[in-house]
Amino acid sequence: MIGVEEVEGRAQHSPERPFLSVENLAVQFKTEDGIVQAVDGVSFSLERGKTLAIVGESGSGKSVTAQAVMGLVKAMGGIVSGEIWLDGQELNGLSPAEVQALRGAEMAMIFQDPMSSLHPFYRIGDQIVEAIMAHRKVGKGAARKEALEMLKHVGIPAAERRIDAFPHQLSGGMRQRVMIAMALINSPQLLIADEPTTALDVTVQAQILELIRRLQGEFGTTVIMITHDLGVVADVADDVAVMYAARIVEQAPTSETYYHAQMPYTLGLLASIPRMDRGQQDRLDPIPGNPPSPIHLPPGCVFQPRCKYWEQVPESAGHCKTDRPELLASGAGHSVRCLLPTDARRQISQEVLQSLRGEG
Amino acid sequence: MAGYVVRRVVSMTLLLFLLTLTVFFLFNMMPADPARLTCGKACSPAIIEANRHHLELDIPPIEQYQRFVGGIFFGRTFSKDTPRPIECEAPCLGYSFLRNTEVLTLIARAAPVTFWLAIGGFLTWMLIGLSLGIVSALTRGRWVDRTIMGIALVGYSLPSFFIGLVLIFFVILDWNLLPFPQWTTPDKDLGRFLQTMILPWITIATLYAAFYMRLTRNQVLEVFGEDYIRTARAKGLPERVVVLKHALRAGLTPIVTAAGLDLAGLLGGAIITENIYSLPGLGSLSIGAVLASDLPVITGITLVTASLIIFANLVVDLLYAVVDPRVRVG
Ligand SMILES: Nc1ncnc2c1ncn2[C@@H]1O[C@H](COP(=O)(O)OP(=O)(O)OP(=O)(O)O)[C@@H](O)[C@H]1O
Ligand code: SF4
Ligand SMILES: [Mg+2]
Repeated sequence: MIGVEEVEGRAQHSPERPFLSVENLAVQFKTEDGIVQAVDGVSFSLERGKTLAIVGESGSGKSVTAQAVMGLVKAMGGIVSGEIWLDGQELNGLSPAEVQALRGAEMAMIFQDPMSSLHPFYRIGDQIVEAIMAHRKVGKGAARKEALEMLKHVGIPAAERRIDAFPHQLSGGMRQRVMIAMALINSPQLLIADEPTTALDVTVQAQILELIRRLQGEFGTTVIMITHDLGVVADVADDVAVMYAARIVEQAPTSETYYHAQMPYTLGLLASIPRMDRGQQDRLDPIPGNPPSPIHLPPGCVFQPRCKYWEQVPESAGHCKTDRPELLASGAGHSVRCLLPTDARRQISQEVLQSLRGEG
Repeated sequence: MAGYVVRRVVSMTLLLFLLTLTVFFLFNMMPADPARLTCGKACSPAIIEANRHHLELDIPPIEQYQRFVGGIFFGRTFSKDTPRPIECEAPCLGYSFLRNTEVLTLIARAAPVTFWLAIGGFLTWMLIGLSLGIVSALTRGRWVDRTIMGIALVGYSLPSFFIGLVLIFFVILDWNLLPFPQWTTPDKDLGRFLQTMILPWITIATLYAAFYMRLTRNQVLEVFGEDYIRTARAKGLPERVVVLKHALRAGLTPIVTAAGLDLAGLLGGAIITENIYSLPGLGSLSIGAVLASDLPVITGITLVTASLIIFANLVVDLLYAVVDPRVRVG
């Protein structure tokens, strides 16, 4: 069934292509209510060993993007288009069996809710052993030894005992450590962490992030960190991609995002970071309104119904209600999806970010 | 765990006690008079009264019940003051004067028939129900799934007497593929046994398999949405392992429950199927006893059937603990 061209295309190693390169990724789900465009034209790339944070509100398509990279979306009934290049290999064109061989070996994923992400009926040690034996020909005894080492490594106390525990016998933080151990057990080159700390206590959150960072350093893993909290990414990520309604709306190096974000939505996210000095619950300025339904997207800029600045767009640049902006470069490694002229964006950015710092 | 089992056994015994008591009094309130039925038309009141004494129906119901329970533990003697007293040893479930046989003997004779009918039917429907249910879940929304669910719907809505009669008509009478059912035990004549049982098994399995197909499909699909199934896929496990080891295991609890209770219910006798195929099982025995107002037999079968179901409940609860470690280790 495999065409010659395809084989050639696959074998082709492109030295210029970054370690991970997602090109024009789109995911659709057919539902009873209509077609859900969960991801629409997402592109990003990532060098080996670096960390990309994907940030955005609930429903913006972060998890689906990650699961598409992992090749998990087709099993959920989604339709994937675009290209996913991992270490010189295009994944979206591979057969299910070929992606399955990479999943859990070359690339691994940690999920949001450690309470429900481990199988409740199997011992954690057995679940890790299963992950080892899915990819490597090792004996059960050796695999178990390896699992135990990894459990110790991710900081599980009394690992000799805990290895035979069932998930419900562990705390949320411990379970997330188990998930991390399981994800890293086959030394994957790419690790995707989908909101790994959202379901955890604040104190545990910091520990888990620290653990991921430490292990990333040790193993040289490339990491995609998904979160809806921009506050989390500051000391973790090299680059930040902000997603809104299935698209990337702004992408930049982390410090650039913090100090020179330009897209009104990103500015809104920055304004809603909880400040330690103001108390956890006090969010400064949450963005009013809700994201659009993924089935009925507005024809123009998808953020327009919630945007404070759309009336400032000059006629020559187009209309926010009818013209959909492209993701365009706006400085080194910085791209923005907004119709506002660059000068106007920079000005707004300065005003907003200065007022944030001033108040903080 | 041990304490739990003890508690359960105590409450089970209590339940059985209440149940037999209820049966006893219900049948005492029935308008039919068993003593009257003992002799034909030319019956004088004197004979009826004598028989009533004979049947021990002339004493208050509560005392009848006491004797019944006593008989189970210590045995009892019927027709004490006649020349031919009947010794019924413990466990004595009563004596059918209509059939001149101990109830326990009647039940022991009928039980193997029902046992084989139930076990064969059970295995058939579990095999069909689980496998087609899984296939259906894996092909959800596609034509394979639709076909299977269509078959299930038909199987579910056909009454078993209809299935039985159609099978007899075509397979036995019209096409002569099988001889007419004639009960025998598998050790005596295995060929004959299988020839007799195959249609009853199919009849019973059709109804239940339809239900189990849908149950299995729904369970697997429901579990498919769980995060740990996504984890299993993310580990790179083959879909076969994801379905059979991760999804089915997690969705098994309701299937185990239903299977245990259905099997127990069937072991108490399948009245319609047994009758259609003239199988002398517990179902036939109880319908005969009800029609003849044979109180001792009815009470005996009720006790046995109820014990089975209550026991099955206990087994199912213990199986939960086997299936789900959250029940086992707190
Ligand atoms: N299996 C599916 N079938 C249909 N729609 C889906 C499916 N999975 C996701 N979606 C839709 O795709 C969109 C993006 O979902 P996604 O889970 O990627 O959001 P997210 O950014 O991860 O949000 P959160 O922060 O809540 O995790 C949502 O509108 C969601 O309803
Ligand atoms: S394109 Fe218009 S509506 Fe969209 S973010 Fe920019 S200014 Fe706001
Ligand atoms: Mg998500």
